[in-house]
Amino acid sequence: MNTLASPNLIMRIGAPISVMLAALLALVIVGCALLAGWLAPYDPTDLSTFELINAEIPPAFTADGDSRFLLGTDNQGRDLLSAMMYGARVSIAIGGGAVLLAASIGVFLGLIAGYFGGRIDALIMRIGDVILSFPTILLALLVSGIARALFPQAGTAEWAPLILICAIAIHEWVQYARTVRAATMVETAKDYVKAVKVIGLPGRRIMLRHILPNVMGPVLVIATINLAAAVLTEATLSFLGVGMPPTYPSLGTLIRIGNEFVFSGIWWIALFPALTLVLLVLAVNVVGDWLRDRFNPKLRVKR
Amino acid sequence: MNIKLAVTLSVAAGALMSASAEAKTLRWSSPTDVTTLDPYAHTESFTTSMLHHVFDPLVRRGRTLELEPALAVSWKNVKPDTWRFELRRDVKFHNGNPFTADDVVASFARLLDPGARARGNIATVRKAEKVDDFTVDIVTDGPYPLLLNDLAGVYILDKEWMEANGALKPGNIATGVTTAASTTAVGTGPFKVESYKPDAGTNFVVNPDWWDKPQHNLTRIEFKPVKSDATRVAALLSGELDLIAPAPLQDLGRIGSASGFKVIEEPSLRLIMLSLNFRPELKAMPGQKNPLLDPKVRQAMWHAIDMETIKKRVMRDKSRNTGTLVAPPVPGYAKENDAILAYDTNRAKALLAEAGYPNGFKVKLNCPNDRYINDEQTCVAIAAMWTRAGIQTELQTESRATYFPRQDRGEFDVSMVGWATLPPMDGFSVLSSLLAAQKDGHGGSNSSTYTNPKIEELTRKSASELDETKRRGMLVEALKVAHDDVAYIPLHQQPVAWAVRDGVDVPQFPDEYVRLWFATIK
Amino acid sequence: MFKVILSRIGQAALVMLVVSAVSFVMFRYVGDPVASMSRENAPIEEKQALRRSLGLDQSFVVQYGGFLKRTLSGDLGISYRNQRPVTELIAERLPATMELVIVATFLSLALGIPLGVLCALRPSGAAARLVQAVSLIGISTPTFVTGIVLILVFAVTLGWLPSFGRGQVVEIGWWSTGFLTWSGLKSLILPGITLALYQLTLIMRLVRSEMIDVLSTDYIRFAKARGLPMRYIHFRLALRNALMPVITVTGLQIGSLIAFAIVTETVFQWPGMGLLFIQAVSFADIPVMAAYLLFVGLLFVIINTIVDILYAVVDPRLRARSA
Repeated sequence: MNTLASPNLIMRIGAPISVMLAALLALVIVGCALLAGWLAPYDPTDLSTFELINAEIPPAFTADGDSRFLLGTDNQGRDLLSAMMYGARVSIAIGGGAVLLAASIGVFLGLIAGYFGGRIDALIMRIGDVILSFPTILLALLVSGIARALFPQAGTAEWAPLILICAIAIHEWVQYARTVRAATMVETAKDYVKAVKVIGLPGRRIMLRHILPNVMGPVLVIATINLAAAVLTEATLSFLGVGMPPTYPSLGTLIRIGNEFVFSGIWWIALFPALTLVLLVLAVNVVGDWLRDRFNPKLRVKR
Repeated sequence: MNIKLAVTLSVAAGALMSASAEAKTLRWSSPTDVTTLDPYAHTESFTTSMLHHVFDPLVRRGRTLELEPALAVSWKNVKPDTWRFELRRDVKFHNGNPFTADDVVASFARLLDPGARARGNIATVRKAEKVDDFTVDIVTDGPYPLLLNDLAGVYILDKEWMEANGALKPGNIATGVTTAASTTAVGTGPFKVESYKPDAGTNFVVNPDWWDKPQHNLTRIEFKPVKSDATRVAALLSGELDLIAPAPLQDLGRIGSASGFKVIEEPSLRLIMLSLNFRPELKAMPGQKNPLLDPKVRQAMWHAIDMETIKKRVMRDKSRNTGTLVAPPVPGYAKENDAILAYDTNRAKALLAEAGYPNGFKVKLNCPNDRYINDEQTCVAIAAMWTRAGIQTELQTESRATYFPRQDRGEFDVSMVGWATLPPMDGFSVLSSLLAAQKDGHGGSNSSTYTNPKIEELTRKSASELDETKRRGMLVEALKVAHDDVAYIPLHQQPVAWAVRDGVDVPQFPDEYVRLWFATIK
Repeated sequence: MFKVILSRIGQAALVMLVVSAVSFVMFRYVGDPVASMSRENAPIEEKQALRRSLGLDQSFVVQYGGFLKRTLSGDLGISYRNQRPVTELIAERLPATMELVIVATFLSLALGIPLGVLCALRPSGAAARLVQAVSLIGISTPTFVTGIVLILVFAVTLGWLPSFGRGQVVEIGWWSTGFLTWSGLKSLILPGITLALYQLTLIMRLVRSEMIDVLSTDYIRFAKARGLPMRYIHFRLALRNALMPVITVTGLQIGSLIAFAIVTETVFQWPGMGLLFIQAVSFADIPVMAAYLLFVGLLFVIINTIVDILYAVVDPRLRARSA
């Protein structure tokens, strides 16, 4: 059968069924999160909508459940399903924001380093080496610590996401820079780039029009895998108490709050957000792994 | 030879057997740790309570927290500013040295050193003087009614040991002094420190030569700090611990229903309240008049808080709601001051309208998330209640490390305060620290800039009033002014809730101290 | 050669300077030790006096200069909280963290190498697929969730293993070890597994891809053509060659593991350096935090520099490039 003519999407992409399922799962979670404003039964970020009197109601499918709250309520009387949808939105926004920021910085610096070489290259890559020698979590703790000390507002719902994005991105840009730098060096050495240079096109133009499109493939693969890692890092920071505030919780904050009740028989506050987090990260990882193996078997990402 | 060996062996075996037969080890845990063994180099109440097992003060708190003789057997005022203490004889330190007046004088000199962090605990003491080997005079700055209360927190160290170990000066990072006293404790108390490892654990063994008749039957105490509530409960239930203090409120039901364990509880002296900003502007509404300056607004905010539901849901019925700023056992408490403004959203809205805020206003609420029992949850609930009453509340919670400095700098509109009147256990501490303006050494924690001339006057008068009835009358009067003026919004009295395995009997105290020299185990 | 080594050491010193500046800046501005140190009802003047006596009111440059000078002379200051020299505190905590890291490294190698080999030899077999799937779940689960689940199952529900701490430790000189007592060993299991999962997947994937690379080289094909036994080819020839990068990465990862142990130590109340760090953060214990960052930074730099130099010694091409 001619694969191109096949109406079957699965066959055309050539992805195994497990990857398709994972992609579907990721889409569902991301979709629910992005549409939380419309889909969620309540708005957990509006303080006037929840009542303490409804606190700790078990999920609706258990004996003591309440049909108003499908997955039960948390310790403040918030609908857990709504809190999770909004929480997933926060987690994904921060993870996605961090990936976007890291990729932008990384691609930019990678292009410059690869194109110009010499001292600029050495400087950028040395900074990258130093940064990579520290684990993400330690750097992120550092950045959020500095931010919190310098601006007392850093822990509020408006500022915390920005701080978290920066805290995660500061480590992740190096991978992009390394990949883009290597690819740029290869491209720069090719005859067509040399030819364009001879015509006298400015370096900026060459990088944007000719080199950038050729290095975007690997960047997208790294971005997918990094998204999963970024979501996990955000959750860990929120769990350690330097992430999102309880009035605007991410999935990690929900798990932190739920953890205090996990041995008290109030299991749902921690279980459902943790399950959502693991499923989301797992789905993104499966897709990312497959993308990596398919489009760039040589690319190996260190964690 | 053989016989001798056999005898030695059997004696040793006998000693071992009797030791193991009587070995009573109490293993317990709390979220905080002993920060140092040097009693003058810290100001934390938990560390103070732990070190009380090793050291004795001149006077101590008894089973009902009454002041009773310890290393001093009697005392009298020889002059308004001079107290004469007769010391207990035949007391020995853990290293065998006898206890005399020299030890008291050296200890006070050490605590009065400018480098002593706990110096402020005896702010009014000027010096201690030896009269004879078992008599000491303590001189204060003018008449001071609360000297005995302060002395209950001053532990006596051995002079010879301090001299031998270069520990005559207290450890202090500012002066760069570290001494053997931060890792070794030689006292006269009921237990000796066997090992001390921060974050890993501190072990104590019984002091068989204690001067007092022991009311406990312990031979050994193993203390391990565990920060996570859940882990602490798990360790108790799996038999790794005999006592956890405190026990998390949300787990009390589960511990109580588990066989072999029980929950013990009692109200604490610590009251939780909200501090209100009395500056011209609020952080939430720059450029506008601060609505909190209007007493009607402050009343409205009090009426808008549903403390009953917070008590039921957040504090699991373990707290006691309060309308005044001191707990019932503390001098200065009066029933008539303990009146809560009832939860009434309509009344709150009406008061806001009367004050000229029919559509409410914006305010920021700041709370710690690791200091008081369920502090963060309480604040989320209050923020929601105020928002429903029309006061748009923006809540921020943070760790104590950043929270308290900001509170000190007066950065908050409304913020949470906990006050236990410790160490003196007297209402005067509320007047002096929370209500009086920051002047003449008063107002140390009054960063809200609340000022009231009547309270200023009563604070200064009560500070040197030696007639106890008159003094208490002044405290009650000042606390009435604070209540009617809504200087602070009192919320509740925290519970002291512990959990033990069956067979462990530990008395509780409202000052949250763990006093294991009253503990027995089976 | 000498030049390469010198330049690497110079770079390392430069990196340490940057790290020390960062650690100082961060910890100078995080929290306020005065609040934690002064008593509940201290008057404002007393707090200001304390701030002055700590030098917290001096200019940034003066404070950093003093910090650097003391650090170089081996004096990392005195902990605000414990009133003890920070070097002493770190030395006391080092054994706990190192033993945890050793157990985690051992577990991840002991499990990761065989599983990686399995996946490389039969890449499409059912076992390999299962291992791959499980490892994906492993890297998708946050460490703190793994830790909580392990405590919930093995400590709370089954009661087999302790839920926190190191159990009984034996002191050998200044080193305290949990390896010599039954309760110490039991206490190492859960945190060890939790920390090992972090790098198990890495080791496994590395072994797998290295093995696949090596197995496709001519050298192995010749060995096969010569009719050498498959076991000999797989384990004596292929695995041995694949192990070099694995050992390098394991070494490089030790620093990461120590830093990553912050999360594991928090969940298990493990009295190591990570817990010391987190406790210090909540108490704004500046000297301890600064020392921790410096220590971890130094460890990274030393390991990286050694690896760099070794590579330069082994690989003449690198030597030419750096020169």
